[in-house]
Amino acid sequence: MPKINFKNRDIISIKDFTKEEILYVLNIAKKFKEKSHPSLLKGKILASLFFEPSTRTRFSFESAMERLGGSVITLAEAKVSSSAKGESLSDSIRIVEKYCDAIVMRHSLEGSARLAAEVSNNPVINGGDGTNQHPTQTLLDLFTILETQKKLNRLNVALVGDLKYGRTVHSLAYALSLFGCRLYLISPKSLCMPDYVLKELKEHKTRYSEHLRPEKIMNKIDIFYATRIQKERFADAIEYEKVKDVYIINKPLLVNVKKNFRILHPLPRVNEINYEVDDTPYAYYFQQASNGLWVRQALLALVLGGKI
Amino acid sequence: MRAFKLYAIKDGTVIDHIPEGKGLKIIHLLGLDRGCNNIVTLGMCFNSKRYGKKDVVKIEKRELTNEEVNKIAVIAQTATLSIIRNYKIVKKHQVNIPDVLEKIICCPNSNCVTNHEPVKTKFLITKKKPIQLNCYFCERAFGLEEVTIH
Repeated sequence: MPKINFKNRDIISIKDFTKEEILYVLNIAKKFKEKSHPSLLKGKILASLFFEPSTRTRFSFESAMERLGGSVITLAEAKVSSSAKGESLSDSIRIVEKYCDAIVMRHSLEGSARLAAEVSNNPVINGGDGTNQHPTQTLLDLFTILETQKKLNRLNVALVGDLKYGRTVHSLAYALSLFGCRLYLISPKSLCMPDYVLKELKEHKTRYSEHLRPEKIMNKIDIFYATRIQKERFADAIEYEKVKDVYIINKPLLVNVKKNFRILHPLPRVNEINYEVDDTPYAYYFQQASNGLWVRQALLALVLGGKI
Repeated sequence: MRAFKLYAIKDGTVIDHIPEGKGLKIIHLLGLDRGCNNIVTLGMCFNSKRYGKKDVVKIEKRELTNEEVNKIAVIAQTATLSIIRNYKIVKKHQVNIPDVLEKIICCPNSNCVTNHEPVKTKFLITKKKPIQLNCYFCERAFGLEEVTIH
């Protein structure tokens, strides 16, 4: 595979990646999974700016940096940062970039990571911007799909749950369209995939269909990508109550699935996956979460110019 | 028969072949209806061999900036622009929709960072007929009818 230069590159949107670049990152991540590189980023500092709550993304980035020999500076809580005093995001980034070599950021506003990348001279990695993009999650999802299916091309993938507000499914749908996958979009009517995402899928000539229930298509699916119905995105609590438990994956649902069928979930789960499913060969969401470490190590090493 | 439908101007800009009914909108977009010191003439519903009907706007003693030309291109793709100096046309061209539009469009996505931070908006034109735009920041795609030009 030819070497692609990612040094100093911002990681903002999966749409900035070509198919070849995605495969290159996944290949580097595989190398990190196979062998540790404890001194690769020695002396480098990552600023971890999570203006919105995060557990997996934040921990795995911080852990990835530490495991490569680098160090992390972080916001204890967004409420105690200067943004709480009214400082603009651009100003905050201009200051923070002076103290570090790279920034990973999560923010509630869509486009905030792109704005940060515009003002920072150091690479910015998007850890989620509103309902827009979460490219590192998408890359770790693709890494996990490749790991379980041994290929990315032309798979049958079901995206299930909150397709309206879930940024992970928006980014993943786009990425899967690059690989000619067939998408089954399963959601309640009130949480269906937004038109702007469907428009992009049509432009890529991606085959997709929308469904209210998963039962009839379970035997066709290779990857079942479940998502949490996000309480925090609902202005009306009654609306949330109506849809919160609409899909619960349990053992009876898995009776007719293919042998290679795997369930992924960006986590945290609430009620979407019954705990009894954890012990089946189809559950792969915890391995998926741990794969985040390798993918984020690969991205940090690439943008900071670590010699791999 | 009137001698002149619109008087010739000595110096300034003539915007011709504006789609019928959009002349007033162009005057508004260019801010020519708000505290402008230039004499502005609007002709509406003129006969046009090419388009059937058209509007014409003449602005005296003012040559438009690129940004202003871009604004016109977005709402009046058929418009032609003539720069007049001493009654002579020194430059004439049809407006072109640029690939990138900066500052002149508000993002309709209320959660887009451009609606909360002091930042110039930027839209990438992904399709020219009909116009489709993508916000550079929040990545949402919009049709021209969904956005506000200011």
